[in-house]
Amino acid sequence: MIEYIFDPFQYNFMIRALVVSVLVGAMCPIIGAYVIARGRSFMGDALAHSVLPGMVVAFMLGFSPLAAAVPAGVGIAALMGFISRKTGVSEDTSVGIVFAGMFALGLTMLATAEGLTVNVEDLLLGQVLGVTTMDVYVSLGLAAMVIAALYAIHRIAVYATFDPVSAEVVGIPVNMVDYALLTLLALVIVIGIQAAGIVLVMAMLITPAAAGHLLARRFVSGMIVGAVIGSISAIAGLYLSYYMNIPSGPAMALIATGVFALAAAYKRRAI
Amino acid sequence: MATQNGSGVGPPSIVVNDLTIERSGTRILTDVSFEFGPGTLVGVVGPNGAGKSTLFEAISGRIPIHHGSAAIYADRPLNQGSVAYVPQRDSINWRIPVTVEDVVMMGRTNSKGWLRRYGREDRELCRQSLDRVNLWDRRSALMTELSGGQRQRAFIARALCQEASVLLLDESFSGVDVGAQEDIVQVLRGLRDEGKIILLATHDLTNLAERFDICLCINKHVCACGPPEEAFTPQVLEELYGSHGVVFATGGSSHSHEEPGRTPVQEQHEDTHPVHD
Repeated sequence: MIEYIFDPFQYNFMIRALVVSVLVGAMCPIIGAYVIARGRSFMGDALAHSVLPGMVVAFMLGFSPLAAAVPAGVGIAALMGFISRKTGVSEDTSVGIVFAGMFALGLTMLATAEGLTVNVEDLLLGQVLGVTTMDVYVSLGLAAMVIAALYAIHRIAVYATFDPVSAEVVGIPVNMVDYALLTLLALVIVIGIQAAGIVLVMAMLITPAAAGHLLARRFVSGMIVGAVIGSISAIAGLYLSYYMNIPSGPAMALIATGVFALAAAYKRRAI
Repeated sequence: MATQNGSGVGPPSIVVNDLTIERSGTRILTDVSFEFGPGTLVGVVGPNGAGKSTLFEAISGRIPIHHGSAAIYADRPLNQGSVAYVPQRDSINWRIPVTVEDVVMMGRTNSKGWLRRYGREDRELCRQSLDRVNLWDRRSALMTELSGGQRQRAFIARALCQEASVLLLDESFSGVDVGAQEDIVQVLRGLRDEGKIILLATHDLTNLAERFDICLCINKHVCACGPPEEAFTPQVLEELYGSHGVVFATGGSSHSHEEPGRTPVQEQHEDTHPVHD
């Protein structure tokens, strides 16, 4: 039994995969707590899909797709934030338009680009077993940045989320907080795409965070419980992916969903 | 033209002059003028859609002013917490789980010093504020676990913790039963006696005469402004609520007003929250 747990880690690629999985599992629910509290699940999913063209361009030019996804994600986050502020078209409509348009553009580029060696399935469904040393460093750097920024803006972000009107009156830059949280969401999505894939990064953002919200009483403790659940789901998903040879995104998403179901059942019993 | 957030020493005041506000071509408020000095408890009265919230937005500098001016003179600028705003409950995001203490401590946050750690002084101020509204025992409760009246008192505690000299409360009585409304008024009277200016918007005419020093009656313009017994003439009630407004007598004590098809009882229903005052 024990060898099933430790054997995979004689390979360096598995150690890299483990580091990235834990980062994805921990970081997604931390920002996910804000996504849930602000009702921005659709925005998160849309952001993930919209970075595809940026990643394809990186593949074509021979850059690291991860590095390319950072400016793409931040740019699209700013675009969506900008559009959502414009009155006339509702937020989810404008987000949906950008979502579909950008994803379609990315898929079209993938289909027409010549000489691309990229595996489309890995991009869409995640393949954490394939991450490079460079990806590990980029992910660690992004995670550190996100944690530091969230810590810095925590107080005003909670205020602006709970009571934006009063926050604005006392001089908190509510719009800036909005953009900042979207930018951080974009960065976390970039980390998450490696393990969960474009299509399923949503599951890592929302599901463990929702379970944490159910089990913990307060906002920050919900983030922490979510991060623990996310990490466990990611590691379990990594094993599933290794032994059953399935893409890591579905593996992690399935386990996260199972853990959420358990948390919900426990919560019902507790009440 | 613009909202001035005058800072200067001395007692606070609100001065509004010929204020006109338009939104996408429609006039919401026309030529509104009034002036309130320290130690005033004002009921801003008018039907839904009369422009009460818009007036608050203009006073607190959140929307552009098309004509006239609205200025608050206080001991420090607006963005350093001189004005406390208690919004309508619909504009609060109840999905984020915050405790009563979290909310009151928000009063220590303004445009300055986001990273500053809360010190002993901040915590002491928070404790005093919660004591004053009688919620110290409920400090660890989530806001969603409180009744409507307790929530309003928590927001008032935040205003106290903010050390604001002007309080703007938007529909603080809605969804709050009459007994809990009285508790809120009790706290506000104490604040008035300390020299604060308090404006409370309400569309509910219950017990106005007993509750407020001054009633500012608004329906897109100022219909009347003065002590309640002088402000509520039959003509003013007609302007505010149309021909259906008949029940309120000048200087009355417990007369209430009926909107068509809606009895005061329906408007005063309490939220279905587990804990009551």
